Amino acid sequence: MLKNIIDYTAIFFFICLIAVAVFAPFLTPYTISEGDLSNRLVPPQGLNGPYILGTDYLGRDVLTRLLYGTRISLLVGVASVFGAGLAGTAVGLVAAWRRGAVDSILMRIVDVQLSFPFFLLVLFIAAVLGPSLKNVIITLMIATWAPYARLVRGETLSIRENEFIEASEAVGASAFRIVFRHILPNAAHILIVYSSLEIGRLIISEAAVSFLGYGVQPPTPSWGVMISEGRTYLYTAWWLTFYPGIMIILTTVSVNLIGERLRESSDPRKSLR
Amino acid sequence: MLAFIIRRLLFTVLIALFAISAVFFIIRMTGDPTYLMVPMDASKTVIENFRHKMGFDKPLFSQYVDYMWNFMHGDLGTSLRYNEPALNLVIEALPATALLTLSAMAMSIVIGVPLGIITGIRSGGLDRVITALVVLAQGVPNFWLGLMMIFVFSVKFHILPTGGMGSIKHLIMPTIVMGFYTSSRITRVTKSSVSEHFQKEYIQTARAKGLRESTVLLKHCLRNALMPVVTLVGLSVGIYMGGVVITETIFSWPGMGRLIVQSIEMRDFPVVIAAVSFIVVMFSFINLMTDIAYAWIDPRIRYD
Repeated sequence: MLKNIIDYTAIFFFICLIAVAVFAPFLTPYTISEGDLSNRLVPPQGLNGPYILGTDYLGRDVLTRLLYGTRISLLVGVASVFGAGLAGTAVGLVAAWRRGAVDSILMRIVDVQLSFPFFLLVLFIAAVLGPSLKNVIITLMIATWAPYARLVRGETLSIRENEFIEASEAVGASAFRIVFRHILPNAAHILIVYSSLEIGRLIISEAAVSFLGYGVQPPTPSWGVMISEGRTYLYTAWWLTFYPGIMIILTTVSVNLIGERLRESSDPRKSLR
Repeated sequence: MLAFIIRRLLFTVLIALFAISAVFFIIRMTGDPTYLMVPMDASKTVIENFRHKMGFDKPLFSQYVDYMWNFMHGDLGTSLRYNEPALNLVIEALPATALLTLSAMAMSIVIGVPLGIITGIRSGGLDRVITALVVLAQGVPNFWLGLMMIFVFSVKFHILPTGGMGSIKHLIMPTIVMGFYTSSRITRVTKSSVSEHFQKEYIQTARAKGLRESTVLLKHCLRNALMPVVTLVGLSVGIYMGGVVITETIFSWPGMGRLIVQSIEMRDFPVVIAAVSFIVVMFSFINLMTDIAYAWIDPRIRYD
């Protein structure tokens, strides 16, 4: 019962985030890049003043930047999961379908990829590619495709053993048709569950890379960038650092709760909570 | 067992070699690495001299052969900034990182295992609170946690130093930041494993024999239930190797993570490559040891 309430709150919150990302310009009278220099570092005023969550060192409204930051986080989270999932699925399918040498080579590449500590790989690729929003997404795709390949390969190999696959091969279905009509739909639930649990990790990774200066660049209001800028003013203006972190936590926790919910509904035994 | 270890050892060496090659090709993927390494306003002659000195004007394949050859001989390039072998810089930074990693690991085990056991054997109010905390902890970015702790404990209350390495006090905040996420993971896995094993028939048998509940828990249940935790502790080394980059930067901890970030900033890429390669090799061997430890504690697993 309590669990249901929490899960539905998470879903509601996530829907709100999407709405905020889409309608950000209509929700605030301020812009993300133009600040009022006579109102620098104003502490959070709540509902008693024009700056609900205060202003930053350029007099920009913190709440406005947080709202726009939703766009970056959701875009990075969803786009990189989608790209990595697509690439990994393709590799996994090819490996499981061709088997033999192709399979061995592809899976060794996966092993190599997974022999890198995750965040170190992210930082390394991001530093080589150079900092930008597009490169962060590419970096996260490169760093996270491998587990999908392993997952899809395993699923494909086991689904392939089923009699309905044999039956469709017997009636002359093409490999293409078997993969898209029979194998992928049967592997879809596990892919969806895994992807949804990845989004949170990728949102945090984007923030972390941006925090270190190799991700999204100022003045784009990524939450990681905001925390990085706030760091300089930690002694005097805590709110610059505090609120973006809260946004990251709320977003990640709600995405993770939704992912867990999906996991439980697809396999009740695997419930870890 | 010995055959398994040898086979895995060879495989680990192979994977490490491939990983080093991957580092080489990632760097080359973006084109001529000269521009990555020299200052942005370097003149044309400086760039040409540098390219020649580093061998970037040779064909890619022969560069690769040189690189691997040097690597096998323990030469991971020379730092552009300190003009010192990059490997030396990495090895100098190693003890600080090892200290931080081990203390974070100890914290995660000391916190995660008991919490996991408590929530695993009985459900109730405390269980819910801890479960909620675990879910929450997985969403907390470590760099934000670090900054907030500095704000509270250093800026507001002046109890702990903001950074640097020296006394036990310096170690407290970095350890918590590094161990926070892994503590929650260990709690979670311990909990699910304990609660799963607690319902098994051998536990009922042990109870039916009239054994004390503490014996049932310690001797029968935990011996089996803690096995996945061993693997998880081994795997968490990978998380720590990523975590040190952030934690050491925030707390000015003189380890490999900070070395990597500073070297990227200074465009001292030979050091970055050396550090990343070093960590990958170390990480592969730790994974190997985790597998061996796992086979050793679980007699059912005999990998061959």
